[in-house]
Amino acid sequence: MPKLKTLDDLKRVREEAQKSLKVRLDTGTTIIVGMGTCGIAAGARDTMHAILEELAKRQIDAHVTTVGCIGMCVKEPLVDIEQAGKPRVTYANVKPDMVPRLIEEHLIKGQPVTEWVLGRVKAE
Amino acid sequence: MRELALHILDILQNAIEAGATQVALTIDEDQAADRLTITVRDNGRGMDKATVARAINPFFTSRTTRHVGLGLPLLAAATERAGGQLTIQSEPGVGTTVTATFQLCHPDRQPLGDMAATLLAFLLGEKNVALHYVHRTARDTFEFHSADIRAALGDEVELGDPVVRQWLAEFLAEGEQAVQT
Repeated sequence: MPKLKTLDDLKRVREEAQKSLKVRLDTGTTIIVGMGTCGIAAGARDTMHAILEELAKRQIDAHVTTVGCIGMCVKEPLVDIEQAGKPRVTYANVKPDMVPRLIEEHLIKGQPVTEWVLGRVKAE
Repeated sequence: MRELALHILDILQNAIEAGATQVALTIDEDQAADRLTITVRDNGRGMDKATVARAINPFFTSRTTRHVGLGLPLLAAATERAGGQLTIQSEPGVGTTVTATFQLCHPDRQPLGDMAATLLAFLLGEKNVALHYVHRTARDTFEFHSADIRAALGDEVELGDPVVRQWLAEFLAEGEQAVQT
């Protein structure tokens, strides 16, 4: 049976993470992917995978998490991008091939991709 | 759904909705008996007999926002298409066990699919759940406890940390790769 990628491996990972933890604590960016039955059926898992890959490729720091169904099942996969001090933006029907542009324009250039936006919620 | 791994992700979410802190997911590919068994056992709030009987009904759900709950009925249909069945055992205050069986070689059985992606999506979404995963095939067994991983990372570092995410994705992919038949 393949052993847990040795505990030493994890210790190294822990150290690496702790080092940059101080710098990263204020990233303020959270990407939320809808993962209810409708989301899963619409391909949200693969969209989430694409997001994680794009973030890793560009070395962008953002928290990625999942939520349940909000009721607009026909618009799944739904992806929310929340950044400190900015309105929360919800994107609809996000397929994996849309992810690179989303990350590039919304996160890097700071310009939400309006044609894909479902709605915005004002920041508190 | 196209892969059983997607159904599994769905049922895992049910366990969280039920307030579970511990989930045991077992996938057993028994070639000798020509049976694939998927079990999700949780320590959530559970259901009484009447609720269990209604759980497979697509028009029954514990959600208050809508009158439709498709997760279990869709999985039940998938088992029936492939010569299997879905059974639910539950006890209020103790937990629930969902068992889905399929005929392993049935032409209409969906492929198991990308379990590594399903596990990653599940682990990244839930902070307080301990997952015990076992995937047994003729080739090998891939098993781990997410609690062990969290313990090794300590209190400060989360599973969702980008550095850890990368490691986790590789760990899951390698583990699944090792049991592919």
